Amino acid sequence: MDFMDYTLEELHEQLVKKEVTAVELVEAAYARIDATDEQVGAFLALNKEEALKAARETDEKGIDPHNVLSGIPVGIKDNILTKGVTTTASSKMLEDFVPVYDATATEKLREAGMISVGKLNMDEFAMGGSTENSAFKLTRNPWDLSKVPGGSSGGSAAAVAAGQVPVSLGSDTGGSVREPAAFTGLVGMKPTYGRVSRYGLIAFGSSLDQIGPFTRTVKDNALVLNAISGHDPKDSTSFEGETPDFTEQIDQGVKGLRIGVPKEYFNEDAKETGVIESVRAALKVYEEMGAEIVDVSLPHSRYGIPAYYIIASSEASSNLQRFDGIRYGYRAEDTHSLEDIYVKSRSEGFGLEVKRRIMLGTFSLSSGFYDAHFKKAAQARTLIRKDFDTVFADVDVLVSPTTTSTAFDIGGKIDDPLAMYMSDILTVPVNLAGVPSLSIPCGFSNDMPVGMQLIGNHFDEQMLYRVAYAFEQATDHHKQKPAFKGGE
Amino acid sequence: MAINEETVRQVAKLAKLEIEEESVHAFTKEMDSIIEMVEQLEGLDTEGIEGTYHGLQQHNVWREDKAEKGTDREELFKNVKTRKDGFIEVPEMFENGGSEA
Repeated sequence: MDFMDYTLEELHEQLVKKEVTAVELVEAAYARIDATDEQVGAFLALNKEEALKAARETDEKGIDPHNVLSGIPVGIKDNILTKGVTTTASSKMLEDFVPVYDATATEKLREAGMISVGKLNMDEFAMGGSTENSAFKLTRNPWDLSKVPGGSSGGSAAAVAAGQVPVSLGSDTGGSVREPAAFTGLVGMKPTYGRVSRYGLIAFGSSLDQIGPFTRTVKDNALVLNAISGHDPKDSTSFEGETPDFTEQIDQGVKGLRIGVPKEYFNEDAKETGVIESVRAALKVYEEMGAEIVDVSLPHSRYGIPAYYIIASSEASSNLQRFDGIRYGYRAEDTHSLEDIYVKSRSEGFGLEVKRRIMLGTFSLSSGFYDAHFKKAAQARTLIRKDFDTVFADVDVLVSPTTTSTAFDIGGKIDDPLAMYMSDILTVPVNLAGVPSLSIPCGFSNDMPVGMQLIGNHFDEQMLYRVAYAFEQATDHHKQKPAFKGGE
Repeated sequence: MAINEETVRQVAKLAKLEIEEESVHAFTKEMDSIIEMVEQLEGLDTEGIEGTYHGLQQHNVWREDKAEKGTDREELFKNVKTRKDGFIEVPEMFENGGSEA
C-alpha cells in the first residue's frame, strides 16, 4: 500500500469493498514510517498499540460507506492535544506532558473514524519557518534531504510528502501550514479565522491561529476540512454560522471567475525567478480555462511582516505566561524562591527563538512602547484587512506565490532570525486579515516544488477549493513524487 | 540603537526570563535589528484608524448559565509534578521563612 498512489476516496472505496482493511492501512503507515523516518524525522511520538486497536474496532464494526474518512490513518502536529499521547509542542517545557483531553479537532477526526498514528515535529510552540527550532529533532524535506521541510508544521508536511500518512493536521499562525505545503509539494489549508475550533490547540497568537489539513489532493483537503470545521462552545472565537460542504462546488470550473493578481506579491527582482515563473504559467492555465485575470493592489502588504511580528509576539508573550513551572510542564531544580521557580523553569524550558518572541512581545506591550508598537500594529492590521475587503468587492479569488523561494538548505537561515521572518512575507497578511488561504503545488524550480497561494474572502473556502481543483484537474503537478524511498 | 542592554535586562525581568550576562550583548544586537524592522510601521499613517484586536468580528458570545461537569480533578492532577494533601506541592518559595510575604 503506497498512500501516494491513492486519493482518500479511492482508499475509502477499497475499504468498503474489503480489498484492504483499516488494520492494513495503519500497518502500512507504520511500515513506511519504519522505512523512512530515520532520515525524514517527521514523527516525535507514535501510538502504535492504540492505533491498531482502533483500526481493529473499525474493521469489526465495518466501514461506514457514507463516511469517507473512516479507517484512514492521520498524523497530528504536536501542538494539537491528543488524550493520553504526549504533546510537547516540540518544547523541553512540555517534554513529558500527556494531555487528559483531546483538542476539538482531534475529537472530530476520531468521530469521523480517522486513526491517529502519532505526533509530528514542529518549530517549538510553532515559532519558525523551517522546523529547525524543535527542541528534539531535525525534520528533512523528502524532496531533498539537505533542505528544510518548511515550518512550523514541517513534520506534518514531511510525513505526507514521504507517504507515511495520507493526511496530517498542522496549524497556521503566519503561514505555518502553507509554507511547508509549498516546500513539499502538498495542498495545505489555512481556513478562515473561526472556521476550526482552537480548543486544545496550544495557543501561540490567539487572534491568528487556525488548524488546517495537509493532503496530496485538493478534494482530499476539502473532505478533511469538512470533518474538523464547525462552531464549538468551548471556543468562543469559533464561527457560529453554518459549515457548508466544502466539496459541493468543487467541480464548477473557473469560467467567468475573476482572479486577482496582487502586484505586491510578485517581486520580479527575486533571486529565484522560477517561483514567479511557475505561478505566471499557472495564471495562463486559468486564462485558458476562461477565468479573467485582473491586476489588483494590496497597498499595505509591506507592513504585514512588522505588524505580524508585533501582534503574534505580543499574544505569545501573554499566552506563554502560563508556563511557570508550577502546575505542569518543566520545573527547574534547586530553586529557592517563587521568582526563582518562574525564571529558572522558563529560562531552561524555552528555546532561543521562543525567548526572542517573548522578549519582543513583552517589549511591544510595555508601557513606554505600547502605542508605538502594539497599538500601531493593530491599526496597520485594520488597513491590511481593508485592503482585502476592497479587492474582494471586485474579484473572486487572489493568486500569488506562497513563498518567495523554494525550500532552503538546512542551516541556511537559522542564525539569521530576520531572514527567517522574511520567509513569511507572502503569508502573514492573510492571518492578519483572517481570510482563508490554500497553497497548492504549481510547478518546480531548482528541482523543488513551488507553491501557489490562493486567497479567498472570509468564509469562502468553497471558492478556494473550486479554483484549486480546476487547476489540479488541468495539470499533473500533484502527481509528482519525491525520488526518496527511504532505507538508502 | 532602538534598544540597549539595560532595556533588554529590564524586559527579561518583566518576562521572567534570564539572559546570561555573557550573551546579553549578542542578544541585544539581535533584538535591536528585530525592533528596527518592526519600527518600519512608523512610516505608516494610522491617524484615526481603529485597531483590529480580534481574528473575527464576533461580539458577546453567550451561553446558558447552567452548571456543567468540568474535567475530572484527578485527571487534571496527572501532569502535576508533586502533590500533597490534594494540593499541588511546590518547592520552598520564600527565602526567609515567608516573612517577606
